[in-house]
Amino acid sequence: MNLIQPRAPGRVIPGFGLSLGFTIFYLALIVLIPLSAVFLKTFTMTWEAFWSAVTSERVIASYKLSFGASLIAASLNVVFGGIVAWVLVRYKFPGKRFIDALVDLPFALPTAVAGITLTALYSNNGWIGKYLEQFGIKVAFTPLGVVVALTFIGLPFVVRTVQPVLEEAERELEEAAASLGASPLQTFFRVILPTIIPALLTGFALAFARATGEYGSVIFIAGNLPMVSEITPLFIITKLEQYDYAGATAIAVVMLVVSFILLLTINLLQAWTRRRAGKK
Amino acid sequence: MSAVLDKPVVAAPRAARPVKTNAFEPNWVRYTLIGIALAFLTLFLFVPLVAVFAEALKKGWDTYLASILDPDAISAIKLTLIAAGIAVPLNLVFGVAAAWAIAKFEFRGKSILLTLIDLPFSVSPVIAGLIYVLIFGAQGWFGQWLMDHDVKILFAVPGIVLATIFITFPFVARELIPLMQQQGNEEEEAALVLGASGWQTFRRVTLPNIKWGLLYGVILCNARAMGEFGAVSVVSGHIRGETNTMPLQVEILYNEYNFTAAFAIASLLALLALVTLAIKSFIEWRLHLSMRADAGTTERTE
Repeated sequence: MNLIQPRAPGRVIPGFGLSLGFTIFYLALIVLIPLSAVFLKTFTMTWEAFWSAVTSERVIASYKLSFGASLIAASLNVVFGGIVAWVLVRYKFPGKRFIDALVDLPFALPTAVAGITLTALYSNNGWIGKYLEQFGIKVAFTPLGVVVALTFIGLPFVVRTVQPVLEEAERELEEAAASLGASPLQTFFRVILPTIIPALLTGFALAFARATGEYGSVIFIAGNLPMVSEITPLFIITKLEQYDYAGATAIAVVMLVVSFILLLTINLLQAWTRRRAGKK
Repeated sequence: MSAVLDKPVVAAPRAARPVKTNAFEPNWVRYTLIGIALAFLTLFLFVPLVAVFAEALKKGWDTYLASILDPDAISAIKLTLIAAGIAVPLNLVFGVAAAWAIAKFEFRGKSILLTLIDLPFSVSPVIAGLIYVLIFGAQGWFGQWLMDHDVKILFAVPGIVLATIFITFPFVARELIPLMQQQGNEEEEAALVLGASGWQTFRRVTLPNIKWGLLYGVILCNARAMGEFGAVSVVSGHIRGETNTMPLQVEILYNEYNFTAAFAIASLLALLALVTLAIKSFIEWRLHLSMRADAGTTERTE
């Protein structure tokens, strides 16, 4: 051991080989090798079989629902999550700390619990559903229910990405803008929005990525009608239950590729957020 | 879930600056925004949270207790504890090792490694279950071998544990890496130069420094491990009293229109979520205090 006379700085600390070795071993064993099974399985399919599995009419309908509902839910979260973050950072009101802690509830609450609860609330005789019923709005067992569940699941993402950025933002800039004659709207669009836009987009991408893969909270409220309210993850399960492993895997590959693209986008957005924050 | 984790545990000191009244922001704007935020959170957070308990207690305490003490419910609770009891410690050891390698040393490919550690967060839970079906299922890589040797992984406890490990894989690592990077190597180097062994250094110097971050990662990991539904649902086989975790038991009861019993078990999971949030807030408060103490002694530049 060269503890007393280190050869190079940074190598004083022991355990590099052990910790990195174990990290890579465990990562390969738990994540990389199992995930590669998905891709290897699709290589056993012919291109035609793969293509017809991932473009059947029913699966296209499920993509539309999964991605469409995720898009709407993530957009709702950008608007309302942005407002929640703003209110939590800038204003004082009773119960603020409690509310701040509760924002993470959708992360902590098991998805199945969220699913049955939202279904109970929005069904025809539920606390919320019975009022919506009077206006002829049906939420449970329709695509609208999918949007509600995905909005719940994605709620914390935008709040938690925008919050630290707003906390760091220099309020002097806003005051300077206002004292130089900018209207509140101008101040918002020219000073505040440019500061938080990378964080808003990151939060949007995170909420969207989570929503596209979400299963537990959606299946209870969706109704799961093929072509109407069947999400893509559920369709994978359906294929599995029919022992169509290849078909299930082909759709999984499509979803994985989308996830990887989103992951890459999120990494780039986060780098942008850090640069934007660092430059000031 | 990565948003909460991308936010380092030691976030910007919250409300470090006094909240000033902004003369340029009219009061009606302020009240409208607070109103919208509270209405949104009430609709999407408070009402569902209250509803879980209201539905669970709809038929009174006796029914509630009977639902929880049902043998199938008890075995679901046991299985959930077993799965989390195996997955969390394993991922804890991994998290510490990964954070040690990544935070204390410089090497090539570090950012790729970081991205790979994050992978399970971006994979749909259903796909996380599917991969184990492809490996251990009857038509899978090891399916024939497992059948010949009468080893059950899929539709049995080992499969549930594996899926849980996969889903909760990054939690501890994602909390510890930024924390240990921020703390640097000086303290460990001092201890080593003074003659401490590597293990002593870790136990006496590193561990006290990261204990809150570690706990933070562990409780989030545990909450997810106990609450995971999609991945576990694919590999479980839904055998009553044998391979049902609590969330799966909730599903079965709900699909049998036994709503009160479903919500009774759901209420236990909701309590777990609330306890998790409470501990999380406590840790954030502790970290915030220690951050301020540090800022006060060393780097107060303002």
